[in-house]
Amino acid sequence: MLIRKPSDLKSSEITPRGHYLSRRQMIASAAMAGLLPGALLADPLANVAKSTYTVEDAPTLLKDVTTYNNFYEFGLSKDDPSRNAPGRLKTRPWTIKVDGECNKPATLDIDQFIKDSHLEDRIYRHRCVEAWSMVIPWVGVPLADWLKRFEPTSKAKYVAFTTLNDPSQMPGLRSLSSFSWPYREGLRIDEAMNPLTLLAVGLYGETLLPQNGAPVRLVVPWKYGFKGIKSIVAISFVESQPRTLWNNAAPDEYGFYSNVNPTVDHPRWSQAKEHRIGEFGRRPTLMFNGYGDQVASLYSGMDLQRNF
Amino acid sequence: MASPAISLSAANYVRPLAHLLCALPLVWLGSQAALDLLGANPVEAGIRFLGDWALRILMVGLAVTPVRLMTGWSGVAPYRRMLGLWGFAYAMLHVSAYVVLDQFFDWQNIGHEILKHKFITVGMAATIFLLPLAVTSTKGMIKRLGGQAWRRLHTLVYLAVPLAALHYVWMVKAGIIQPLTYLAITLLLLGCRAVYARLR
Repeated sequence: MLIRKPSDLKSSEITPRGHYLSRRQMIASAAMAGLLPGALLADPLANVAKSTYTVEDAPTLLKDVTTYNNFYEFGLSKDDPSRNAPGRLKTRPWTIKVDGECNKPATLDIDQFIKDSHLEDRIYRHRCVEAWSMVIPWVGVPLADWLKRFEPTSKAKYVAFTTLNDPSQMPGLRSLSSFSWPYREGLRIDEAMNPLTLLAVGLYGETLLPQNGAPVRLVVPWKYGFKGIKSIVAISFVESQPRTLWNNAAPDEYGFYSNVNPTVDHPRWSQAKEHRIGEFGRRPTLMFNGYGDQVASLYSGMDLQRNF
Repeated sequence: MASPAISLSAANYVRPLAHLLCALPLVWLGSQAALDLLGANPVEAGIRFLGDWALRILMVGLAVTPVRLMTGWSGVAPYRRMLGLWGFAYAMLHVSAYVVLDQFFDWQNIGHEILKHKFITVGMAATIFLLPLAVTSTKGMIKRLGGQAWRRLHTLVYLAVPLAALHYVWMVKAGIIQPLTYLAITLLLLGCRAVYARLR
């Protein structure tokens, strides 16, 4: 398969930014008015390569992936994000600020980031801490490839991520005031550099929809879904373990690692089995969500009952 | 004062209307399920819906006596049993949907959940406490048990409903305000009884 590098693209093939922005705006206002389903907000992504990091499980329907998820910035119910995020969340212009323990801190424009990245299609299992699961065809770039550009120093032991924090776009920031907003997540540097860890910009070959964390989100398939922080505006290399929103909210229920582990129950419910969306009954949950071969070595010698 | 003839005819259509109102959520759920409008996780949506309505109807049932005591209107008294039975029906459907559709008769896992996870423990306890009340809800059973024993048995509902509300409080990951409101109202309805009992 011929994979064209961005340099092969003729400028005439690129839709002028103004055109697609106005197209987006038009569609967004139509979606707000209830005229269109949210799915039409997405744009196709070009130059996406296949990846070997793909599971054979049947992918969950796009309709389900885009209407059933948690994104508390837009409300508590699973259908709140798809109702409240399209039209509210402004995904352009968008920048990601990268700083902390690195030699080349920078603030990047999302379109530049997408243009400069070798995007890949990766079908990953997704396991929510609430014991439901999906199989999702993401489009993204391995986080490691991208992070290396900023030249993290030896002090960079962890990577901290932050979601947009704008109450005018995100009604949940006001209505759910008991949480310590903004949404924050973190990974150990070796977890961040694992080839499975993905910075996703798309879903099913198209750009991410607002409800799924547009324009850019983290995907860590061997961890519970909430580790996959959405709509990222800042990434920081840090020396000590960063605070995370769910760990702050309930440290006995949501650990920093939050690796998928069928032998460590959530204090209030079992993690041994999961409900795969689109199926009946429950299937057994796999250790590290079935990615043990790639990631188990990261935790050798660690007590995973304690470091849950 | 209303004449007996008028209140009788009122009761004639209020009763069926009350039944219809109690059946309405079930009809709604059935039609949503038939039209595939319950979203990506219809099993969870259905189970939560049935649980919500079980609790709501049981709470309305618990409100009957305080309303009677406060207003002196004894016309509401007969609806206590009706609401209790409807609430029980929703609770049974809620548990059945959990056992059949969610767990698919995985008794080992269900046992594990009941023993290890307190929100399932209290939910199951609430249902079990309601069971003898539903069984003894007929006039014949009241007679057989005798009024006093029957009444003592039926104080179990004062345990079952707050446990059901607690089940809801402990179930949610976030958004605890609604379940806490339900629990507070339930405790208030029980508190009313205690206050009236002391005043008497």
